[in-house]
Amino acid sequence: MNVLLPLAVKFALACFTLAMLLDLVRLLKGPAAQDRVLALDTLYINGMLLILTLGIGFGSALYFDIALLIALFGFVGSTALAKFLLRGEVIEP
Amino acid sequence: MSPQDVPLWAALPAALLLICGGLLSIIGSLGLLRLKSYFARTHAPTLGGTLGAGCVLTASMLASSGLAGRPVIHVLLITLFVLMTAPVTSMLLMRAAILREKKPPGPPD
Repeated sequence: MNVLLPLAVKFALACFTLAMLLDLVRLLKGPAAQDRVLALDTLYINGMLLILTLGIGFGSALYFDIALLIALFGFVGSTALAKFLLRGEVIEP
Repeated sequence: MSPQDVPLWAALPAALLLICGGLLSIIGSLGLLRLKSYFARTHAPTLGGTLGAGCVLTASMLASSGLAGRPVIHVLLITLFVLMTAPVTSMLLMRAAILREKKPPGPPD
């Protein structure tokens, strides 16, 4: 009926893909380790938004669970890497 | 069940919010790529991480509410989670960067 929302979904998908490519370039050429961890953090947030946009585009509720899982495990991974950079080990005795 | 079936009152703001979220996210990633030092670079992705994520999550809430014909607010879970956990990672990374930058140059001991 209305073509506005599918067009916006396509535009947002292109934007998130381009943003993930830019994050990937920073991840590959980052001068220090903290740059790479920051790029990985941005990469998982952009991927989560991409999955949510796909969920709007297909009109399915399944993508919500995938996005929630990506947010959860991305936070755990980024925090573990940052803690490793800060203290030298992740779980201290 | 496709995005063509979303009624106009939900499709119009959802489309606007999706376009805003995509542009904000790409601005944040461009800043992450282009800025000079780490401490300037750590500011840029927060734009896409908070405002862009809020825009897309609100758009998803509007679209699924318009499809179901009743308020669907379970996407708020992701919003709350992202808003709570983004500063934690940011602060840990900044402290790690300060620790690693402060090391005096010289031969390793």
